[in-house]
Amino acid sequence: MRELLEQAWTVARKDLVLEFRTRTALLSAVVFTALVLTVFNFGRDPTAVATIDLAPSILWVTFTFAAMLALNRAFQLELENGALEGLLVSPLSRHSLYLGKLLANLGFVGVVEAVGLPLFVLFFDVPVGPVLFPLIAVIALATVGFVSVGTLFSAMVVRTRFAELMLPVLLLPFLLLPLTYAVQATARLLGGRPLSEVSGWLKLLAAYDLVFVAVALLLFPHTVDE
Amino acid sequence: MSLAQKGRRVVLSGLLLLGGVYVRALAFTPVERFQGPAQKIFYLHVPAAVTTELAVILVGLAGVFFLFLKDPRLDRFAEASAEVGTVFAGIVLTTGPIWGKPIWGTWWTWDARLTSTLFLFFLLISYHVLRGAVTDAGLRARYGAVLGICAVVLVGFIHLSVYLFPTLHPQPIVLRPGKPGLPPEMLVTLLMSFGVFLVLYVGFVMQRYAIALQRDASAHV
Repeated sequence: MRELLEQAWTVARKDLVLEFRTRTALLSAVVFTALVLTVFNFGRDPTAVATIDLAPSILWVTFTFAAMLALNRAFQLELENGALEGLLVSPLSRHSLYLGKLLANLGFVGVVEAVGLPLFVLFFDVPVGPVLFPLIAVIALATVGFVSVGTLFSAMVVRTRFAELMLPVLLLPFLLLPLTYAVQATARLLGGRPLSEVSGWLKLLAAYDLVFVAVALLLFPHTVDE
Repeated sequence: MSLAQKGRRVVLSGLLLLGGVYVRALAFTPVERFQGPAQKIFYLHVPAAVTTELAVILVGLAGVFFLFLKDPRLDRFAEASAEVGTVFAGIVLTTGPIWGKPIWGTWWTWDARLTSTLFLFFLLISYHVLRGAVTDAGLRARYGAVLGICAVVLVGFIHLSVYLFPTLHPQPIVLRPGKPGLPPEMLVTLLMSFGVFLVLYVGFVMQRYAIALQRDASAHV
């Protein structure tokens, strides 16, 4: 178990170091998030629709697209110079490779969301102050759900034709469910509803995370082995 | 007789039987008190929905066994079952609105049950899209199995969630605690229709399997 986590951390660290040194992907994802939020601002009539009614959808549609953009590059990186083969012949276990990729993607998407959330608050003047911690919990749980399936699928699509288009087509049906849970929870939080109304959605998100991390962990070796 | 020919015969007999079921449904089964004749579509809609789910579950099961046994027959079956499931999901999504327009006054609502069927349809489509995008046969089979298994897990989650949202859709009336909530004549017609849909499913899968078999045979030449 310890070895598994150590190996996973090695993979994750390699990916994150690579991302933070080149910064191209990270910067484009952050800029993309800011742009989507801006587009939403022009995509509504502020005199007709109150921001608070749209806020949960704006937040989650933005995060969903940002996560998808981030996941597309998770294994694209390894295609250069046959790096994936290198990883596969190294003494890493397949499970720790998946966990490492999962951690790196979580880090990447987490950074994008950490920039996106304040921008969202700033642009749409949403009162998140009193519900900040539960909201962060919702975001964290939903992100784990997005990334667990996404990491598995991104390992598959790199070896298909039209990989960039394939990932959204495969992934969106799987993201819709955590997205629904997260939107329901966020709407209740922003609407000032009691936490007891939110806890059910949080439990569902947590269950989704547990199940899909486990399923993806079991299935991942079959996607990379020859 | 080849597999494709056998499959065609099974489908033909299934279609004849379906005609028989509808004769019974229209002439010998009571008209529902509130919905009138519109309810007759129920004998297509419900069996098609159940068969779709069955097809998806079988895709997932075939996927699990494929990853252990690596038997190409399981992969061909999964491919066939998914394609037939897509057709049945199409039937559900067509007959539903035809019933919904007179009864609900709308073709479509974003109701949890309707949405979950649409989900299933998209999942099946993405399954075919993925298979179409992989050129290597071994890789295609493995990817199909992985996606099939994930899809079944997701379908389980969707079912769980459906009960959490308010719904317009009629509640289950056969598989529910207590006695089935419809008169015995209707129940018999429905069960007959289930049987016929299973025959159709088997017939379609046989034909589709035969196509996959031919493709694999020509790939080895």
